Amino acid sequence: MDQVSLSAFAFLFSELVQYSQKHVKGIQDLEKRLNLVGYRVGQRLLELLVFRDRGSKRDVKLLNALLFINTNVWKALFGKPADSLEKSSEHDDEYMISDNDLVVNRYISIPKEMSQLNTGAFIAGIVEAMLDGSGFPARVTAHTVPVAGFPFRTTILIKFDAKVMDREKRLADK
Amino acid sequence: MAKTLKTLGEDVWRTKVEKVNGELFALTYGSIVTQLCRDFNNNYAKVNAQLDKMGYNMGMRLIEEFLARSQLGRCRDFRDTAETVAKVAFKMFLNISPAVTNVAPDAKAFSLVFDENPLAEFVELPEAARRRAVGSAAGPVENGDAMASAPAPLWFSNVLCGVVRGALEMVQLQVDARWVSDVLLGDECSEMRVTLIKVLEDEVPAGED
Repeated sequence: MDQVSLSAFAFLFSELVQYSQKHVKGIQDLEKRLNLVGYRVGQRLLELLVFRDRGSKRDVKLLNALLFINTNVWKALFGKPADSLEKSSEHDDEYMISDNDLVVNRYISIPKEMSQLNTGAFIAGIVEAMLDGSGFPARVTAHTVPVAGFPFRTTILIKFDAKVMDREKRLADK
Repeated sequence: MAKTLKTLGEDVWRTKVEKVNGELFALTYGSIVTQLCRDFNNNYAKVNAQLDKMGYNMGMRLIEEFLARSQLGRCRDFRDTAETVAKVAFKMFLNISPAVTNVAPDAKAFSLVFDENPLAEFVELPEAARRRAVGSAAGPVENGDAMASAPAPLWFSNVLCGVVRGALEMVQLQVDARWVSDVLLGDECSEMRVTLIKVLEDEVPAGED
């Protein structure tokens, strides 16, 4: 698989963030913009990876779709599967994929006054596009959730649309 | 010199560089270009300028990493610079080795010919972005804007020109870098022309935003 240096990507990503900052009025807006840029990447990545890894067969079960992202997508993008995939205990329609050291964030330093910002919003956009494109519409966001030993751990929060949950229930009840 | 620049470039790529998936890079860049086209309403001249600006900022920061990893000293002359940029720098960051051609007789300009371009991996440009005709009478007048009379094509990989310009400026070489042909526009090859404008004397250039 063709590769480029992490630096090349990091510099490019940093320019993207800086450019985006000029067109937005706040953190939420900035994250939305990054999400949008990532979304376009995700749309294409879905086609590419499903073709390569799944012989163009779509996952129809929610958990399989999530596992595809957690394992195949992460491996393709970052060389290793994500660090964890969890289901929220409070909300039935929420799942979390976490990465202790998200590559896109590694060389981004967030100033204190913007501590809410997580530029992983770009990756969230990729995930959102892949889920939307697979028939699992969701809202996906990135959050910094430090844990012991990993102060920059990023959690990608996936909140599925109601109709996805309905469909899963119907499929399970059959 | 015991090691050729080519060997040095390959060594650095192999041993000192952390790598990421090239497709992610290509798709990300493509998405950025698309975003710029939207933001600037498909005014490709402006998109080209913005890409160059972004590249310039990247180049200014990237040079340090280049110097640290390659451990190279000063280039003897501009031709040496050309070889270094082609064989070491591009290799180290993008894992490609453009060819140095068309070196001007006074060695103040050279061309880089790219036979592969990681940025353009999945790209096909729309018709409008490829148009280069000057004074074409066919289409309707756009907003009566005088500037739009000679539509610029989209130089998709223009960021690379900015990078070369920014990086070289940090080592006291003021250059002009621009694409003269691009396979995405239907040309035979992708060629970047780099021309030395002047050698800078101890000036600290202001960063462009």
